[in-house]
Amino acid sequence: MTTVENVRQTSEGGQEMKPRSELGAKELMREVGAVLRMSEAEAAALGQLPADAEDQTMIINMGPQHPSTHGVLRLMLELQGETVLRCKPIIGYLHTGMEKTGEDLTFLQGGTNVTRMDYLSPLNNELVFSMATEKLLGIDGDIPERAVWMRMLLSEMNRMSSHLLFLATNGMDLGAVSMMLYGWREREEVLRFFQKVTGLRMNHNFIRPGGLAADLPPGWRDDVLSILEMLPPRLEEYDVLMTNQPIWRERLQGVGVITAEEALALGTSGPILRSTGVPFDLRRDMPYMHYDELDFDVIVGSYGDAFDRYAIRLNEVRESIKIVYQILDRMPSGDYRIQNKKVTPPPRGRIDESMEALIHHFKIFTEGFRVPEGEVYVGIESPRGEIGCYIVSDGGPKPYCIHMRAPSFVNIQALPHMMRGGLVADAVAVISSVDPVLGDVDR
Amino acid sequence: MSEVAATDESLHGSPVSYSRGQKVVHPSREQFVALLKKLIDEGFTMCADLTAADYLTHPGRDLPAGVDAERFEVVLNLLSITKRERLRVRVQVPESDPTIASCFDLWPGTEAMEREVFDMFGIRFDGHPDLTRILMPEDWEGHPLRKDYAIGRIPVQFKGAHS
Repeated sequence: MTTVENVRQTSEGGQEMKPRSELGAKELMREVGAVLRMSEAEAAALGQLPADAEDQTMIINMGPQHPSTHGVLRLMLELQGETVLRCKPIIGYLHTGMEKTGEDLTFLQGGTNVTRMDYLSPLNNELVFSMATEKLLGIDGDIPERAVWMRMLLSEMNRMSSHLLFLATNGMDLGAVSMMLYGWREREEVLRFFQKVTGLRMNHNFIRPGGLAADLPPGWRDDVLSILEMLPPRLEEYDVLMTNQPIWRERLQGVGVITAEEALALGTSGPILRSTGVPFDLRRDMPYMHYDELDFDVIVGSYGDAFDRYAIRLNEVRESIKIVYQILDRMPSGDYRIQNKKVTPPPRGRIDESMEALIHHFKIFTEGFRVPEGEVYVGIESPRGEIGCYIVSDGGPKPYCIHMRAPSFVNIQALPHMMRGGLVADAVAVISSVDPVLGDVDR
Repeated sequence: MSEVAATDESLHGSPVSYSRGQKVVHPSREQFVALLKKLIDEGFTMCADLTAADYLTHPGRDLPAGVDAERFEVVLNLLSITKRERLRVRVQVPESDPTIASCFDLWPGTEAMEREVFDMFGIRFDGHPDLTRILMPEDWEGHPLRKDYAIGRIPVQFKGAHS
């Protein structure tokens, strides 16, 4: 079926970066302008760069099977010696059509789908999907207090585990192998807590429209407290191991610099935006759940380089610890999900004695609950930035259209900008400092 | 059941509606870029998200008076960092001519998002510097998130049986 003629007919043009020799000046300028987002004059000047034959440029592929690309990210780099002239991220190697799949799953099943997108912060994915669904249902104000605080607890614990993994991979990419082991070790403690609460280490499907799947298990408070007590001395250890270490600073400071204007224009969010000095955190600036009642700081950098992004994430773990202590103090008792028969399945015990409960149970799990017509966008702060969920409902039990605003997908666009003029050896540090999750980029 | 509140409100000549309390503005394709420029001046300096929806099997949706429903809709979620506000822009794009002006000059960050919409819905963006597929392979046929694109349409190649 796909003959060569067909391919030619349907091809929309190559995704790859072309060598300069095959490009006209206009095309080069267009490509460079698209990738590096510079003015026409700047792009034209760059197009004339390798004039003499000895200064030839070379295009190399970094990835998709490169260990430091955090998955299957492929970067095409044009190099002149050791200097990166152009860079183009090529993505889609992990594309599995999850937004299309989401149209075929009910709102109750949708959690299993979205949780697999950003697999390092699955609970935040479920949270934003549930919040969007609840807003469509019009029950977003009726979620029981305990469910809301539990969601905040899980979201913050997830931020810790995600940032700890960032510290681990950032260390690994720069040759600090002990940091890698430490980061994974600490993250494992958090995942053990998740396993106790949700039954799974990753891809929990625990936060669901209407509340959560289950209540917190007995002894959860002690588990959380032991993590909170374990972490601060370990974070001090990281400071000794990396933050104050000259080699670490040399590798990160001044690498991958991005300015606030560029970061805003490119739509980046989360630690990348904050590293440029823009104090924007959705938890504080557009509060959802009960974040406005909590006391925490938004960590802001000033140089927009890889070191700032590292330091922001390290200190955000400390802020999360602060937040979780406050959540522990204020965790109310009560229901962990909304008692709305149309959304929440009846308790197991009721099914044996009540015909209506059996019918409700059957209807919710086969057909799903119907969600009124409309469209809604909800954005929350995930460890990587703003994760948003846009759902259109046609009044049926399945979303008519679901789109996730993936923070990694947008942040990765900043890579060419950060790498331009840098060294190949720093490319690894730059990719690592963006902290992309390819499951989130490609969906 | 409809929760789109019909309002007489308009923003720079484009009708405004509210969906679950969220403000939505519906410009026409002609008003689109001019409206966005005005919105940027008003502080919406960030385009958080650009996506589209295919309303092929759900044509009768609620739209404010004066907006004709078309098959496609390009949806932008704008964010004002200073005012801490969100605003949604929905533009109708007809099936017969699925093109719309690119926002690349306004927010360079929409480059990848527009490529994704082009890849998934087949909507072309005029003025986009590099409109190629981004998630699907270059030689892919069709646009997967269109409603008339069936799930699992990859042709399976069987070896011919010996006869």
